[in-house]
Amino acid sequence: MNLFNPKAVVTALSVSMASLSGAAFAADSAEPIVIPTHNWSSQVVMAYVIGGMFESMGSNVEYVPADSQAVYEAIRNGDVTISHEVWQSTFGASFYNAMEKGGVIDAGTHEAATLEEMGVPSYVIENNLCPGLPNWEALKDCPEVFATADSDGKGRWLEGPQSWHGDLMPVRVDALGLGDLYTVKFAGGADAIWAELESAKKEGRGIITFNWTPNFTDAEGFVFLEFPGYTDGCRVADGGDGACGSPKGWLKKAANYKFPKTHPAAYTAFSKISFTTTQIGQMAALVDVDKLSHQDAATKWLADNEAVWKPFTE
Amino acid sequence: MDFMKHHPKLTSFGALLIAFFLLVALVPQNEANYLWRFPSLIAWLPGWINDFAEFLMFDFMPVEIYDPDLEDYETSALLREITRGFSGAVLVLIEFIRELLIGGRKTIVFFTSWDFVSENPWAVWPALPWTVVTAGAVILGFALKGRGLALLAGVALTYISVFGQWEPAMQTLSFVLVAAPLSILLGLCLGVLAFKSRAVESALMPLLNVAQTMPHFSYLVPVTVFFGVGDHAGAIATVIFATPPMIRLTLLGMKKVPLEVVEAGMMSGCTNRQTLFRVIVPTARRDILIGVNQVIMQCLAMAVIASFIGAKGLGYNLLLALNGLRIGLALELGICIVLIAVVLDKLSLAWANKQTDYFADLSFGQRHVYLLVFLAVFVACVVLAVIGKLILGEGINYLYIIPHSKGITTEWFWQAGVDRMVENWYAGLQGFNRGLIVNVLQPMKKAYLAMPVSATFLLVMGVGYIVGGIRSALTVGSFLLFIALTEWWDRALITAYMASFGVIVSVSLGLILGSLCAQSQRASNIALLVCDTFQTFPSFIYLIPVIMLFGVTDTSVLMAVVIYATIPATRYTIEGIRNVPQHLLDAGMMSGVTKLQRWTKIELPLAFPHIMLGVNQTVIFALFMVIIGAMIGTEDLGQYILKALSDKQGIGNGLMLGLCVAFIGLTVDHLITRWAKDRSSQLGLN
Repeated sequence: MNLFNPKAVVTALSVSMASLSGAAFAADSAEPIVIPTHNWSSQVVMAYVIGGMFESMGSNVEYVPADSQAVYEAIRNGDVTISHEVWQSTFGASFYNAMEKGGVIDAGTHEAATLEEMGVPSYVIENNLCPGLPNWEALKDCPEVFATADSDGKGRWLEGPQSWHGDLMPVRVDALGLGDLYTVKFAGGADAIWAELESAKKEGRGIITFNWTPNFTDAEGFVFLEFPGYTDGCRVADGGDGACGSPKGWLKKAANYKFPKTHPAAYTAFSKISFTTTQIGQMAALVDVDKLSHQDAATKWLADNEAVWKPFTE
Repeated sequence: MDFMKHHPKLTSFGALLIAFFLLVALVPQNEANYLWRFPSLIAWLPGWINDFAEFLMFDFMPVEIYDPDLEDYETSALLREITRGFSGAVLVLIEFIRELLIGGRKTIVFFTSWDFVSENPWAVWPALPWTVVTAGAVILGFALKGRGLALLAGVALTYISVFGQWEPAMQTLSFVLVAAPLSILLGLCLGVLAFKSRAVESALMPLLNVAQTMPHFSYLVPVTVFFGVGDHAGAIATVIFATPPMIRLTLLGMKKVPLEVVEAGMMSGCTNRQTLFRVIVPTARRDILIGVNQVIMQCLAMAVIASFIGAKGLGYNLLLALNGLRIGLALELGICIVLIAVVLDKLSLAWANKQTDYFADLSFGQRHVYLLVFLAVFVACVVLAVIGKLILGEGINYLYIIPHSKGITTEWFWQAGVDRMVENWYAGLQGFNRGLIVNVLQPMKKAYLAMPVSATFLLVMGVGYIVGGIRSALTVGSFLLFIALTEWWDRALITAYMASFGVIVSVSLGLILGSLCAQSQRASNIALLVCDTFQTFPSFIYLIPVIMLFGVTDTSVLMAVVIYATIPATRYTIEGIRNVPQHLLDAGMMSGVTKLQRWTKIELPLAFPHIMLGVNQTVIFALFMVIIGAMIGTEDLGQYILKALSDKQGIGNGLMLGLCVAFIGLTVDHLITRWAKDRSSQLGLN
């Protein structure tokens, strides 16, 4: 006979405990909810905002810095409880990979419509550096405006790292018949894109980069290019030719599969949370424009917007 | 004919080059041709490693674990429970030290439960006022070394506090205070084991080689899978990174202990253990201390990378600042990291060098004078903090903790500096940038990619044969074969192109700078201090200004590589030249050499073996930075390592790519070490 059968011991214990704690059964666990923080302002402020909401409901919260791609593996394993900004085209792959392996659940979508697309800073249009923009057809006449030292005289599209959307942009360049005029360069990360944008702005030179909205660049003026509209199946992966722009994307929330069971009330609130583009913009602006610290920004936002978030927690 | 007889190696090297170029010219560029590219026979390996790791982690030896929150059993794997248990222990240690410094409630939770803490809001451990910690560091510095160290510690901690970085700095410190002692202890133990047993040594050496040349990015995913995310994961990744130099230096130091010393110990009747810990280890102290210094430097150099997998503190804040392009703020954070590194390093050195006076006959008060002073200061500072609280009420109590956003900042100054630099230099540097890319970098990259795999093998194995015979040829050949059989050979060639460009520039710069500085003791000391600073200064900070000046191009990556890889080249050149025996220099002087002759005929040749060790380090540093260059935007192995963070096969791909980089490093390392060994025995330096 196995004396050390943990199952038997624990069952015996829990039977005796059940009579004591029967009432506490449905309440949220006191174990902390682990919220990840990444490296862009709106995400970090929103982490503290959501954390503040959980705390107002009596939950314990913990924040942990994590890489924005690697975090889904951590949610899957239960080291992190939620992720509140899952961008469709940037993190969709990591999110669905983790979901496929099991352990991650989809906790609903924000109201904010996102767009992740190639575009130009607004001065490129205002100064008419390439007449006809933002219509993509105009690109055919001015590759030299966007040329760089290493682009062999072609115009350059500065795309995010390959981990974000693989070969989507190179395929699109060819499918649109721009292959002889334009080349795609993969930047190493968001900081690299911002640094290039900043440096181009100082010079007033033309630049095409990948960007998204809502983002802090919205404030400075950024115009997305207008490509042929997105239709289902127009991408190569879906059987199309790839000659189409990006869809209006979703911004989802993800959670560990245990979260609804361990913190039913907090999970219900989390699944109800739905921020709009403006609200996300406000959170980012408190840090990027008003230079508040991320925690202070969240405290201020929570104080100013009780009407928005209180209903989520009820 | 005479020439060939006198220089057999040079001749065979010439022949090798001719054969190499013949192959390059003759082999057609055709994927089906095995002389051009090998088939990727081990492309299945990453997937296999991945499946194996996941099997170990999730399916191997399943155990039923009761989850009190779910009130149900869950199947988990044994290994997973073990690694999670270990990370839990590390986390408790970190949290404990952290909460001693800045307060919190996790330690209380550890002894009670989350329920208890939730129900009892008073159960929060208070932070130590920053004045107490600073005063403590000053007293410690004074006790260990004297006024100078006390001043350094005081200034550094006051700086950190006044600039509002106290909390993140203490978070970083608490994580280093766990990671560094762990690495030192582990390194010391493994070093002693390797010293005691040849079997352990020969088993350990290849592992150390790989661990030291593998880029840290590549084991981030495995660490998160095995140990989770959080400060503990950061600490564990740091230990993997920081321990190898400690092991190596411990072993080296112990091997250098003269036999006479050991015999003297034996004659006084030491037991085995006494011989080891009372005789050999203290005698090897110098090298062991260099190991300690390296561990501390490596730990703080990891501060930023560790925040990718959950380490809180300065490193994470630095990444955030960079993402908002707040270079000024990032710079202040970087300075804090360097200050912590310098203070910790000096304190640990002073502690290790302190001699115990066994014969002093002191009273209790005399023996514990510093402790008593500290207690008095502690009480005084706490009282001050309480008074501050009473006066300021709900306002910010500067005598307790200066919050993150309320310190003074010089951000605008640095920001303006960077802005002006970009504005003034941008136009001027564009010509240079374009010229470099069009005339040097792109042709060089194309040349590397146009190399048939057979030619690469011939060249590298041929050099191996000339330098170290058939054994060396086979060793480097097998390293290359591994890379050639993966699907990343072309990527590896691009990595090799960037690294070799970086190494050529860095070594030339380092030789010149090092030789100039080595002419005076003072200049050498300053240069070595600068080297230390740049080694711990987070390289991410200069990536941003560099991108602003040179764009997302290879030039940017190579600038960053050169800044970082020049450090070891300079350091080893200085050390090598300063260590040239004085009598040889005197002899040279008497034969009337000029300064230039002294440099080329005496100093450089004699310092050559040591400089070659520097070149070796330069290669490793350059490879590291080329990989980090993926953050700017590259097409080499680094970009794929970065991509592995979100891959389905992240563990396998990350590790395999890391191994590829390690094997490039090890190939060069092997060739250089062999050559340097030969040279130093020819010079009679051993």
